[in-house]
Amino acid sequence: MTLVLEQLLNGLQFGVMLFLLAAGLTLIFGIMGVINLAHGSLYMVGAYASAFVAAQTGSVWLALLGGLAAAAIIGMVMELVVLRRLYARDHLDQVLATFALILIFNQSVTLLFGRQPLFVSVPPALNGSVQLLPGLTYPVYRLAIIAVGLLVALGLYLLINRTRIGMLVRAGATHREMVRALGVDIRLLYTAVFGLGALLAGLAGLMAGPILAVQVGMGEQILIMTFVVVVIGGVGSIRGAFFGALIVGLVDTSLRAFMPGLLRQVMAGPEADALGAGLASMGIYLLMAIVLLVRPKGLFPAHV
Amino acid sequence: MSDNAIPRTRAATPALGRAIGLLLLAAALIALPFIVKAIGQPALVPLATRVLIYAIAAASLNLALGFGGMVSFGHAAFFGIGGYAVGILYRTFADDALFLGFIPGTDQLLITLPAAILVAGLFACIIGALSLRTSGVQFIMITLAFAQMLFFFFVSLKAYGGDDGMTIRRRNALFDLNTRDDVTFYFICLALTALVFLVLWRIVGSRFGMVLAGIRQNERRMAAIGIAPYRYKLAAFVISGMGAGLAGALMANYLRFVSPDMLHWTKSGELMIMVILGGVGTLLGPLLGAGALVILETVLTGWTEHWQIVLGPILLLVVLFTQGGLSGLLARLGLGGRSAP
Repeated sequence: MTLVLEQLLNGLQFGVMLFLLAAGLTLIFGIMGVINLAHGSLYMVGAYASAFVAAQTGSVWLALLGGLAAAAIIGMVMELVVLRRLYARDHLDQVLATFALILIFNQSVTLLFGRQPLFVSVPPALNGSVQLLPGLTYPVYRLAIIAVGLLVALGLYLLINRTRIGMLVRAGATHREMVRALGVDIRLLYTAVFGLGALLAGLAGLMAGPILAVQVGMGEQILIMTFVVVVIGGVGSIRGAFFGALIVGLVDTSLRAFMPGLLRQVMAGPEADALGAGLASMGIYLLMAIVLLVRPKGLFPAHV
Repeated sequence: MSDNAIPRTRAATPALGRAIGLLLLAAALIALPFIVKAIGQPALVPLATRVLIYAIAAASLNLALGFGGMVSFGHAAFFGIGGYAVGILYRTFADDALFLGFIPGTDQLLITLPAAILVAGLFACIIGALSLRTSGVQFIMITLAFAQMLFFFFVSLKAYGGDDGMTIRRRNALFDLNTRDDVTFYFICLALTALVFLVLWRIVGSRFGMVLAGIRQNERRMAAIGIAPYRYKLAAFVISGMGAGLAGALMANYLRFVSPDMLHWTKSGELMIMVILGGVGTLLGPLLGAGALVILETVLTGWTEHWQIVLGPILLLVVLFTQGGLSGLLARLGLGGRSAP
């Protein structure tokens, strides 16, 4: 039972990480109509920048600021220099151009930091575990990630639904031409939304640092899963991204945790482990295929 | 998918110039092994073989992507399935076993290639039938999802090498030819490439090709004049997948190795890059694109280990500033446009 609870918490933690990435991606897609494959690179930038600042200064707060600032600034520069030219193009050009950006980012990071993964230590204040229930201890750091993710979700909800900027974002997602016709500087809005998306991706990246190894290619691994989240949730919908992320996080984590064990009851150990790992990896793609076949627009479509 | 983004198939250029251009290209490709031998660079033959194999894959993808307007981000799946068909048949043959209990193995190219095409076509039929219920970004993502599923399936397939892939001790046999010889294998690939391009040329010019172009430009209009778009799109997708399967089977023979890497999503991206680099919706574009990418990769790798940092900006510039890829660029410069019908 405690094992199940622990895996549920792990799934939740993975889910909120995915949400941070998916929220930015879905906003960017919903509002600007751009498929940004390089979103995962911003996640990597956040992780590397924060690891670098932490190693140089030893300050957790500076590392946090450094990671966020680097991701947001690089994201906005990327929008100004490359993506702005792609809004009117079709998806094919967008996929290719952002694929090229991935190559550039990955190689630049390899040149700057080398191929060795960086290891980041957990901030001392969040080190250790707490006992949640009798027999269930859980790392504080992972709980903090869940808390940050939920807070960001709440903040985004308030920002989108309660503020003027949020109103423009919502209007931009559904009635782009009308917003422009009403005299809103849509280009500024685009850059701002892109910066916000990049900031969230950077936040996810720097929080992932102490849990996973910070290495080149970390962005692509999570990017594909983020796309699954966005498509399951409904492209352009923040609410969809939130629930999609939690579903994908929980399904993926529990399949990975329990699939080999279940298979081991019917077949030999090593084969069960290999097949279980494979089936677990396939799980979320299968989920996405089913969702798309039943509801082609995703669970929470933004444009009704 | 806006239809003006994919350039229309160019109107037929004067038949004579086009024929001369094609003949020159064919002559150059046939003469290539002898020329490189004469200048003492025999290592260029395998390189050219790789270009041809990727050209088959890219040209097949182009049928779905360029002519059919279906942006498939999962064509590496069919490429990999073709490769695994060869690998599994060879392994079954070497072990003198039966695959799935009733399929005997073989090392005959005349059997493995059709088998690879058939299996890839079967998978394309299943994946296409499901994926074509969606369109736009959802189509891109669901094809990617299916390819990822197959990728992880082969990763977990320990009986056939799993993550590490499996080696094929010998290339498949064709009559009494020595397929181990690079030049012989090059000519086998060249003949098949010519065949694939001929078939694609016939398809694009046929009624079927016209309907496909019509669906790409305006699906609703085609439906209104009484043509069911779904069936045509599915047929094009299946043919496209079969071509990619053939390329994968050749690649498995060329490398004498198959691994899940052949199905990785970056491979799908690479195939798309070849198509876009060469020119979406042009017949010979994929050949140009495959040649450009493979040669660029080889040259840059020899120059620096960080070759992708050069490739990235080049790709970016091609996307941002050329419309219609290399063949579009050539046509606008007034060069070689005739050789790209």
